[in-house]
Amino acid sequence: MHHFIYGVLPYIAITIMVVGSAIRYDRDPFTWKSKSSQLLRKRGLVLGSILFHVGVLLILAGHIVGLLTPIALFDALGVPHGAKQLLAVVAGGIAGAMALTGGLILLARRFGDPRIRATSSFGDNLVILMLVGQLILGLGSIFPTLTHLDGSEMLKFMAWAQGIVYFQPGAADHLVDVHWIYKAHILLGLAIFFTFPFTRLVHMVSAPVRYLWRPGYQIVRTRKGAKEAPRGVGPARGR
Amino acid sequence: MKVRAQIGMVLNLDKCIGCHTCSVTCKNVWTTREGVEYAWFNNVETKPGIGYPKDWENQKRWNGGWTRTASGGLQPKQGGKWRILANIFANPDLPEIDDFYEPFDFDHDHLKSAPEMSAFPTARPRSKITGERMEKIEWGPNWEEILGGEFAKRSQDQNFEGIEKAIYGEYENTFMMYLPRLCEHCLNPACVASCPSGAIYKREDDGVVLIDQEKCRGWRMCVSGCPYKKIYYNWSSGKSEKCTLCYPRLESGQPTVCSETCVGRIRYLGVMLYDADKIAEAASVENEKQLYDAQLGVFLDPNDPEVIAAARAEGIPEDWIKGARNSPIWKMAMEWKIAFPLHPEYRTLPMVWYVPPLSPIQNAAAAGKIAAQDDMPDVRSLRIPVRYLANMLTAGDEAPVITALERMLAMRSYMRSKTVDGVINLGVAKRVGMTPGQIDEMYQLMAIANYEDRFVIPTTHRELVEDAYDLKGGCGFTDGNGCSSGSSGKTLFGQKKFRAPTEFLS
Repeated sequence: MHHFIYGVLPYIAITIMVVGSAIRYDRDPFTWKSKSSQLLRKRGLVLGSILFHVGVLLILAGHIVGLLTPIALFDALGVPHGAKQLLAVVAGGIAGAMALTGGLILLARRFGDPRIRATSSFGDNLVILMLVGQLILGLGSIFPTLTHLDGSEMLKFMAWAQGIVYFQPGAADHLVDVHWIYKAHILLGLAIFFTFPFTRLVHMVSAPVRYLWRPGYQIVRTRKGAKEAPRGVGPARGR
Repeated sequence: MKVRAQIGMVLNLDKCIGCHTCSVTCKNVWTTREGVEYAWFNNVETKPGIGYPKDWENQKRWNGGWTRTASGGLQPKQGGKWRILANIFANPDLPEIDDFYEPFDFDHDHLKSAPEMSAFPTARPRSKITGERMEKIEWGPNWEEILGGEFAKRSQDQNFEGIEKAIYGEYENTFMMYLPRLCEHCLNPACVASCPSGAIYKREDDGVVLIDQEKCRGWRMCVSGCPYKKIYYNWSSGKSEKCTLCYPRLESGQPTVCSETCVGRIRYLGVMLYDADKIAEAASVENEKQLYDAQLGVFLDPNDPEVIAAARAEGIPEDWIKGARNSPIWKMAMEWKIAFPLHPEYRTLPMVWYVPPLSPIQNAAAAGKIAAQDDMPDVRSLRIPVRYLANMLTAGDEAPVITALERMLAMRSYMRSKTVDGVINLGVAKRVGMTPGQIDEMYQLMAIANYEDRFVIPTTHRELVEDAYDLKGGCGFTDGNGCSSGSSGKTLFGQKKFRAPTEFLS
C-alpha cells in the first residue's frame, strides 16, 4: 500500500493532471478560465485573493526549487543541510501564513457570502477546501520538522521527489518512517493533482506573462491567407 | 497610408424618443442567458444622470480609457502592462455588480398559483444571482428614466463640468435628453490593450471589436479598461462579453438589431475608410479639445483617387469602397460635421457617433427677449446647455457643437420656407456655410431617413477569408462547446452543455 501511494500514485496523478489538462485545453477551451467572482462581491476578495495567490506562488516556487535541486549542488555551494532546512521553514512559514490567511478569507467568503455560495460549483468548493487543508498540513509539518534540525528528514523528501522525477524504482522507500503529517501532506497534494484538470485550478497554466512582451497594445485580426480581392464584385447595398 | 475599413454608427439624438426598443431587442437576442442578466450591450440613459453602471463617466474613479504619459505616449489609464498584471489577483478598478444592478425577476407564477387569500397576490422580486427574495430593489438598469430620482444625485453627472448646475435643478430650467449607448468599436480600443490573454481583437475587414470566448480567461481587465463600461463579465461562464455589432447580421449586409428595430429611425450604419498609421498620433494629441479634430484627420476621403488606389492595394473589396462613398456616416461626420464621438477625451477614437439634440428654447426667447433670425434662435438659448453637450461630445469644445446645432436649425428653417412659403432661403443656408443642395440631402437623410439611406452595409466577403468547403456541415454561430450537443446536461467540468436551438424545439 505504501509503495502504491508514494511510488505509483504520483505517476498516475501527474499523468491525469497533464493529459487531462491537455485534453480539456484542446476539447473545451471555453471552460478554461480563472472563474473570478470579484464582480459579485469585492469585499474580502482584494485582501484574501492577493495574500492567497502571492503566498501560494512563493510556496510553489519553494517546493520546486527545494525538492528538485540535487543536494549535491547545495553541498558544492557549502550550504549545510540544517541551514537549507531553516531557510525552507522560515520562508515557507511566512509564505504559508500569508496563503493560509488569504485562503481562510476566501474560504469564509465562498461559504459565507450568499452570492458566492449560490454561484459556486462543487469543484470550486472542493478546491478551496483542499487548498486550505493542504496549507494547514504544510504549516503543521513545521512542528515535526523542528524536532530534527539537521535536515535529515528533508533529505528523505528530496530523495523521494527526485527519485520520482528520475523514474528510480523504490523512491517510496525514502518515506517509510516519516511522520504521518508529511505523508498526509503528500497524499493531499496528489489529490490536488488529480482534481487539477477538472477544476478552475487550470487557470494557473495560462498565467498571462506573455502580455509583458506582446508587441504594442493593440491586436488586429487580419484576413489571414486572404485571397486578392476580385475587382468590381457585387454592387453596394442601396443607392 | 494604411487604409482600413470600419463599419461606423451614428445616432441622431434629436430624434431619440427613449423607447428602449433597441435595448430590449438587443437583450432578447444577446443577453438573456444566465450570468449576463445584468448586462445590456445596448442601454438608453436619461441625461443628466449618473448612468449605467453608476458614475461610468467618472474616470477619476474607474480609471478607464487611456492616459497620455509625460513622454507623449499612451498607456491604459488603469496602468501599463506591469501594473495590470500586478493587479490580476484583485482588480482595484473593477465595478461590482451592484454598480450595474443586482439582476432580479418576479415570482410571476405566484399570481396564478396563489391560494384564495384576503389580499390580492403579488409578484415579488427575487435575485437572479442567489435566487433569494429581494425585499427592496434599490437600483436598476434605467433607474433615472425621465429624470427619476432627486437632482442632487443625478447632478453628479460628469458632463456638468464647468456649468453652474444648481439652476438646472429648478423646475423651470430643467432639461433632459436620451443617450443610447453601446460598444463604440473604437479605433484605439482600451479593452484590447488591457486584455492580458490577448483574447480581444479588432477585425481588420470591418473594425468590429470581439472577444474570443475560447481565449478569454476571465482576468477582467477589459471591464475596467473600457471607459464606456461596455464590457460585461459573465459571472456564470467566467468570460467577458460585449456588443458584437451583430456581426453575423452585418456580414450579410443587414443592420444591427438595435438599428433595425429603432422606431425613431435614428441610427445609421455605413463604411468609413481610415488610415491605421495615424491612430497612435491622433489618440495622443496633447490638448483634449483637439482630439475630435484629430480623429477627423484619421478618416480618409473615399472620393480621393489616391485613397481609392491605396484601398485597392490593401485588398479592400470594390463594393466596400463604393459603400464608403455612399456612407451616411461620412456625410454626417465629415461633410456636414453634425455628428460627434462620445467622450473623445478617453482617447479611444470611438466609432459610434452622435448628432446632438435640439431642445426647446428657454422662456426668455419665447417671450421675445432673444432675437431670432430666419426663425433661428440663438443655440445658446436652447434648454440643454451647449456646454453640457460639448462636455459629452467634444471634450468641452463648444464651437463644433454650436455649428452642428445651427445647421440642424437652419435645415428646419430652410425646409419650412421651401415647403410652406415656397421660397428658397439662400440666406439661411449661407449663414451656416452650407449649399441648398447639401441641406436637401441632409433633410433626406435625417428627416425622411429611408431604410436604404440609413444602412449602407456592403456584405462581408467570406470567400476571401475562409474556404467554404471547410464549413460544410458546420453548426453556424454557437455558444461555447462547438457543435457538441452533448448527451448529458453537464460537461465533465461542471458546465451546462450547449444545446443547439433545434433541441429546444423538440
